[in-house]
Amino acid sequence: MTEHTPLWEVFVRARRGLAHSHVGSLHAPDAELALRHARDLYTRRQEGVSIWVVPASAITASSPDEKDAFFDPAADKVYRHPTFYDVPEGVAHL
Amino acid sequence: MYGSDFPGEDAPGGLLGEVEAAEAALRSAAARDREVAGPDTDLADHFAEIVAADQKIEPRDWMPEAYRRTLIRQIAQHAHSEIIGMQPEGNWISRAPSLKRKAILLAKVQDEAGHGLYLYAAAETLGISRDELVDMLLEGRQKYSSIFNYPTLTWADVGAIGWLVDGAAIVNQVPLCRCSYGPYARAMIRVCKEESFHQRQGYEILHTLAHGTPAQQAMAQDAVDRWWYPSLAMFGPPDGDSTHSARSMAWKIKRFSNDELRQRFVDMCVGQAEVLGLTIPDPELRWNDERQAYDFTQPDYAELMRVISGDGPCNRQRMDHRRRAHHEGAWVREAAAAYAAKQASREKVAA
Repeated sequence: MTEHTPLWEVFVRARRGLAHSHVGSLHAPDAELALRHARDLYTRRQEGVSIWVVPASAITASSPDEKDAFFDPAADKVYRHPTFYDVPEGVAHL
Repeated sequence: MYGSDFPGEDAPGGLLGEVEAAEAALRSAAARDREVAGPDTDLADHFAEIVAADQKIEPRDWMPEAYRRTLIRQIAQHAHSEIIGMQPEGNWISRAPSLKRKAILLAKVQDEAGHGLYLYAAAETLGISRDELVDMLLEGRQKYSSIFNYPTLTWADVGAIGWLVDGAAIVNQVPLCRCSYGPYARAMIRVCKEESFHQRQGYEILHTLAHGTPAQQAMAQDAVDRWWYPSLAMFGPPDGDSTHSARSMAWKIKRFSNDELRQRFVDMCVGQAEVLGLTIPDPELRWNDERQAYDFTQPDYAELMRVISGDGPCNRQRMDHRRRAHHEGAWVREAAAAYAAKQASREKVAA
């Protein structure tokens, strides 16, 4: 008996020029069937021009529960943003 | 790619407009200040702040256990309803009156399967497996909507289901597009956009019949007579008797009470029935100027409870069919799994 059919995450490129976005997930025994199911499930109304399927088990995610503030290092580097810098008056194209 | 891209689509407004608005609200809430839990934030406070700010709770966030359980129950019931809901209409696919009607009905029933799958996927993000969900349906430990336990006796019933049953479902579901749980809200946005095709195709079937021969008109009226009150009952028991409502409202899973949604549905249907030239089977139905809403007869809630508890016209048939389909499909699942295992082992040898 099929003990556990793997879970796949589905990403769809809606139109040429856009990045693939996560649209949902589905179960399938292998990648080829996952792709076919994804087409039938997530693009019945021409929602995409390209599909990626990724085994959910292959995704490593950061956890919002990790209270050690995973994203904190970004907060003290305001100089990464262009608004940090004062541009002298009269300077163009900067 | 959805409603707003259909050529000649109505200007924003109506139910599709509300879905678009919910989607825009979801995006703008996501763009507002990011609520990042600092090392000292109390998790329960953080959850409450996100809900209060109309932002979304996402799968890996901390959430109260009861919130998780409530969502699993609600999303699973909703998914089961879509899957069982394929049966009453599937009953007419081979007998639809033209190739066009057959193709449309087939697409519609396929959509219902798709809706069930979006919703199962949303439920699974809460930490329950698909196999557990399917088992709970097959063993009768989780319910599905009572409406699918009524039979589809004539072709007009397919129209009445589209207009009334899908119409009631949309009124119920559009506010769920603003639910506080992200995966559910996103699934509902998808579902609602597709449901609007379902409702219109049903209305068109009834409109065609209602403007046909006297026999066709009578068939359309008979279908509306039988589906009206069960459709009103889809909104659940009256507010006073609704067990989970208050807490679900506080968590922003639910946005309006059962009675509010039922009233909204009745107010919408009256005008639509007039255009059809069909009569809503309620002699007490009349405009109340003071309330600015229609007065109407409540459905028989004792009947609703009987049907939910398993004693409707088709409960046994629906479950038998579902179990048989699951059982008879087992060899397909097994064959696909065996093929996948063989391919995987060949790749290993080749590597």
